[in-house]
Amino acid sequence: MTVALRLVRPALREAVRGRWLIGLAAALALAGDLLIRFGGGGDTTLVSLLDVALIVTPLAALVVGTMQVHNAREVTELLLAQPVTRGNLFAGLYLGTALPLAAALTIGLLAPFVWHGLLIGPLGLRLLALGGVTALLTLVGTALAFAIALRVDDRVRALGIALALWLGAAVLWDGVVLLLALLFGERAIEVPLLVALALNPLDLARVLLLLGTDAAALFGYTGAVVQHTMGTAAGHAALITALALWLALPLCFAAKTFNKKDF
Amino acid sequence: MPPMMLLLLLQGPPLVVSPTGPYTSIGAAVTAAPPGAIIMVRAGRYREPTVTVDRPLTLQGQPGAILDGEGRRALLIVHADHVTVRGLEFTNTGTAYTEDRAALRVADAKDCHIVGNRFDATFFAIYLAAAEDCVVADNVIAGRPGREAATGNGVHLWSSRNIVVRGNRISGHRDGIYLEFTRHADVRDNVSEGNVRYGMHFMYSDSSAYTGNTFRANGSGVAVMYTRAVDMTGNNFISNRGAAAYGLLLKEIQDARLFANTFRGNTVGLLADGADRALVTSNRFEDNGWALRLLGSTVSAQFTGNTFRRNSFDVAVNGNGTSATFSGNWWDGYHGWDLDHDGVGDVPYHPVRLFSLLVERAEPVLLLQRSLFVKMLDAAERALPVLTPAGVSDSHPLMRAPDRGSR
Repeated sequence: MTVALRLVRPALREAVRGRWLIGLAAALALAGDLLIRFGGGGDTTLVSLLDVALIVTPLAALVVGTMQVHNAREVTELLLAQPVTRGNLFAGLYLGTALPLAAALTIGLLAPFVWHGLLIGPLGLRLLALGGVTALLTLVGTALAFAIALRVDDRVRALGIALALWLGAAVLWDGVVLLLALLFGERAIEVPLLVALALNPLDLARVLLLLGTDAAALFGYTGAVVQHTMGTAAGHAALITALALWLALPLCFAAKTFNKKDF
Repeated sequence: MPPMMLLLLLQGPPLVVSPTGPYTSIGAAVTAAPPGAIIMVRAGRYREPTVTVDRPLTLQGQPGAILDGEGRRALLIVHADHVTVRGLEFTNTGTAYTEDRAALRVADAKDCHIVGNRFDATFFAIYLAAAEDCVVADNVIAGRPGREAATGNGVHLWSSRNIVVRGNRISGHRDGIYLEFTRHADVRDNVSEGNVRYGMHFMYSDSSAYTGNTFRANGSGVAVMYTRAVDMTGNNFISNRGAAAYGLLLKEIQDARLFANTFRGNTVGLLADGADRALVTSNRFEDNGWALRLLGSTVSAQFTGNTFRRNSFDVAVNGNGTSATFSGNWWDGYHGWDLDHDGVGDVPYHPVRLFSLLVERAEPVLLLQRSLFVKMLDAAERALPVLTPAGVSDSHPLMRAPDRGSR
């Protein structure tokens, strides 16, 4: 593992030197600052930022992750000639990409709340949840990107697949779910709906974050199954576990591909 | 003090009840009292059979004067006109399934004053049946919340006239305040919270008003049913959440007037099921799941000058819409413009969203709230008004919130 960590360090340094991660964080911070200044810094601001987190985070993670695998290809080949295990190399490559990105996105989102002094207050806990979910989504997105990029050698195709995946998860999936739910609306659709949402990490993250916002009042209205899932600590734990699975599975898949790949 | 002196002059010295005498029970003092007497109850815990007051008098409790039912019986029955009960503490009536056991019952009496008492762990606390011209004020009523059938109501008015219920704090009962077949009740400045069923339950009580009360986190809010001409002014309906919870239910009522109330953080703010000719004016709806749910049975309700802010849905209607009219309200979802600067938007606002109609058809779809797809649906709805369900619209949406200045 120490070898992997030693591989992370130059990646981090490169990320900072690349400046564009700092640019991303600064852009997010600026957006957040404007929202707080003109949105009052209350629930409305948080809900708007929630959209930013749920749309920008996975998009950035997918694009950056895919690009990174292809950009680092030559370095990877060089390092593979050295006495470094493939597992260590993969871990270093993944963490070196995902951690700086997660840090940039999370810091960019939360920084304006820190300098407006809102972190300590009624919003505090929900802001931390927002930060945590953002970081987790970044890790998930990067893992998916790695799984794609290691399978597809053509850079443009890999990027295309990643973008299609984002579009599907962010928009199309919910459209299909909505349509199906309405078609079968007469029947008990709560459980299938929950399963369908668990199959999409973005939906998981959204529902997890919504529990702390205005929609919490709404969830009171839906049926018992949803209330039991959403309203309890066990329900929260289940949502987080499902999201963690979304991290573990693609990561395993990508690692396996990396181990067997003929560079 | 002067009125007290006057009473002393008129009625002779007060009869004193204390654990050491002269009277050791309230019942004995009542039996011995001449009409109009004052009975002073000193600190102590009095365990005695149910006391019946059958003559005009004043029961004045000093701090620590506790009437204890030992979980077995009602405590005080007032069966005479001109009775005042002040400063006593009633506790522990126990639960009764075969009778409406009340700590303090007033039956067939006029001009009673029930002021500044405490009720702790009572089944029904204050029960007025066929009472007239009574005042129930500044009492603190704390039930032990249990199942719905295992608690009675905090203040229960049945078939009474001209009752003022003012400044009481009621919690942990079935219904905080209950009115049935009561005329000219004035319910004012009470706080009713954490009750098992309704903060207030209002049935067949025409020509009554309630003003400045706060109803918070009750089982399902406040219900006003089968009543004519109720005035509801300046009340707060807050945090009533649950599958069947609402801030305020108007059911089968005519000519109600709602003015300057606040609905905040409820699953449904105002649920109107047959609220004919209701006038809903200058109220504030904030942070609710649905600000308004109008069932098709509501005819000719008018909504004017209300503020709708941060609700997930502003208005939901069932069936084929509603005959309610909206005019001159402020909606935070309004994206129109005002070219002639008269403060009124130039295009109408449609408060019923397409997504809210979909939710009506399949409730669990709510889980898609705030997803990108639903947002795109909203955007498409704004761009193509064809998608917007017709029927409900505000033809004169305000550009500035009417409550902005006051805060």
